[in-house]
Amino acid sequence: MKILVFAEQRENQFKKTAFEVCNAAIKLGLELNSEVVGLVVGESVSQIASKLGGFGIKKVFVVEDPRLKNYSTSAYSTIINQIIEKESISILFLSASAMGKDLAPCLSVKLNAGVASDCTQLKIEDGKIIATRPIFAGKSFVDVEITSDKKIFSLRPNVFTAGIASNETAEVLKFEVELLEKDFSTIVTEVKQSTNKKDVAEADIIVTGGRGLKEPENFLMIEKLADSLGAAVGASRAVVDAGWRPHDEQVGQTGKTVSPSLYIAVAVSGAVQHLAGMSSSKYIVAINKDKEAPIFNVADYGIIGDAFEIIPALTDEINKLKSH
Amino acid sequence: MKILVCVNHVPDTTTKVNIASDNISIDQNGVNFILNPYDDYAIEEALKTKEKFGGEVLVCSLGGDQHKETLRKALSMGCDKAVLLKDLSVRDSFSIAFALSEFAKEYLPEIIYVGKQSIDYDDSQMCGLIATFLNWQSVTVVVKLNIEGSKVIAEREIEGGHEVVSSSLPIVISAQKGLNEPRYPTLKGIMESKRKPIDEKPAAICENKILVKKMSKPTAKSKGKIIGNDISAVKELVRLLHEEAKVI
Repeated sequence: MKILVFAEQRENQFKKTAFEVCNAAIKLGLELNSEVVGLVVGESVSQIASKLGGFGIKKVFVVEDPRLKNYSTSAYSTIINQIIEKESISILFLSASAMGKDLAPCLSVKLNAGVASDCTQLKIEDGKIIATRPIFAGKSFVDVEITSDKKIFSLRPNVFTAGIASNETAEVLKFEVELLEKDFSTIVTEVKQSTNKKDVAEADIIVTGGRGLKEPENFLMIEKLADSLGAAVGASRAVVDAGWRPHDEQVGQTGKTVSPSLYIAVAVSGAVQHLAGMSSSKYIVAINKDKEAPIFNVADYGIIGDAFEIIPALTDEINKLKSH
Repeated sequence: MKILVCVNHVPDTTTKVNIASDNISIDQNGVNFILNPYDDYAIEEALKTKEKFGGEVLVCSLGGDQHKETLRKALSMGCDKAVLLKDLSVRDSFSIAFALSEFAKEYLPEIIYVGKQSIDYDDSQMCGLIATFLNWQSVTVVVKLNIEGSKVIAEREIEGGHEVVSSSLPIVISAQKGLNEPRYPTLKGIMESKRKPIDEKPAAICENKILVKKMSKPTAKSKGKIIGNDISAVKELVRLLHEEAKVI
């Protein structure tokens, strides 16, 4: 039973989630006594591919082509499909990132493999892999088993630990795939970065503002607090619907589900849809005037008080701590 | 142009999820079901596509009779026809997508719209599954879409930005919030929807690939600490985050 890890890179840099997936696959490989190999796809990725050795992967395949600089659903899925067939791989691991979530279902049909998507836990019971995944935006969890011969697991970012890289380097092997024009039928032609800001889906710390901030201009103090912590700015549904903040910042059931180490909710009441999207954060801080606000039910630390006084003071205090 | 929208009938976002006695499904007692919120954007985009190119919009859902309520809502927004792929069996995404794609092979649309995810099982797989079953192109989590001739330019949301994707018809598009402003059903639309038929067809059979072993609730957090009621609590909060939680 051979395991393949698809290690996602953008701009020749591995995503942190790539290491998380490597680490999880290696752990499972040890328990199943299975070899774990890696795959990196891009324009020129041999240089970075060997780094996966630091996370326990001994052998990494690379597929390089100038046309693979940007992501292509059709080309990337063709490549992964071919390597799985040729190398007799039975299990594929990838990140449940925008790219991984796009690829997994395409590969599911090509390989006739079931997908356990967005997994938050993996374990082995009676020799079978059991994946835990959140449903109803985290209001509940299911344990699932994939019954097909080939299996695909996509892992939720920020949940599995990446671990610390050792100095080991992996053996890098070129994998030849003949790519036809039709394999590039769907291709990214441009990547628009949103002004270098951090995305809530990937951030380790998130500061979220809610309607209690009264006016969109008051998000400036949320941004300042986020800056002091190197955090991403999040928004509740109410402020997104009011047009104060873009939808890509929305946390909750119709926004993003997040699990950072620290989540600071400022003037967010904590509707059930919001709690569903963030309650798996490791530490939650709630700052709200209303002591009855449901957000306090999930918070580890709370301050009942006026955000307009507390947030600037908190930002100062954190800046002080950081300057020591 | 024939346009297909696939929709789902899901528990309302405010639903408290209770686990049924079989331990592998939710207790549907007292649960209010709605049109999956992301499917609103899929329907709206389908209607806009029809307004641009002419043709018809068919809305389709797989499930029991209760899905008719959701199909009726889609009709009242302006979809022309509805089909219920009647099926009461327990299906995973793979099996549902197979049945939907088999129906698409009969109906022969040029474009299929779905919501970016169904808010019950949060699987986010329908778009890629249907497209690959049909050997079509797909773009997921789309926030901007332009179709000219057979060329498709879509913008999809990714971590920290957007990707501009070039593709072509026939295609499956998964709609994300922001793609458009879904219209509300008009009174006329609601009246008309009552006269539009909902056809029933059997759903094509396909074995599941996912077996649900157990459903569970997240472990409840013990009630946290209220540190204070004003600005004087800030120092202590920072100390706790730094020394106790060690997250800053």
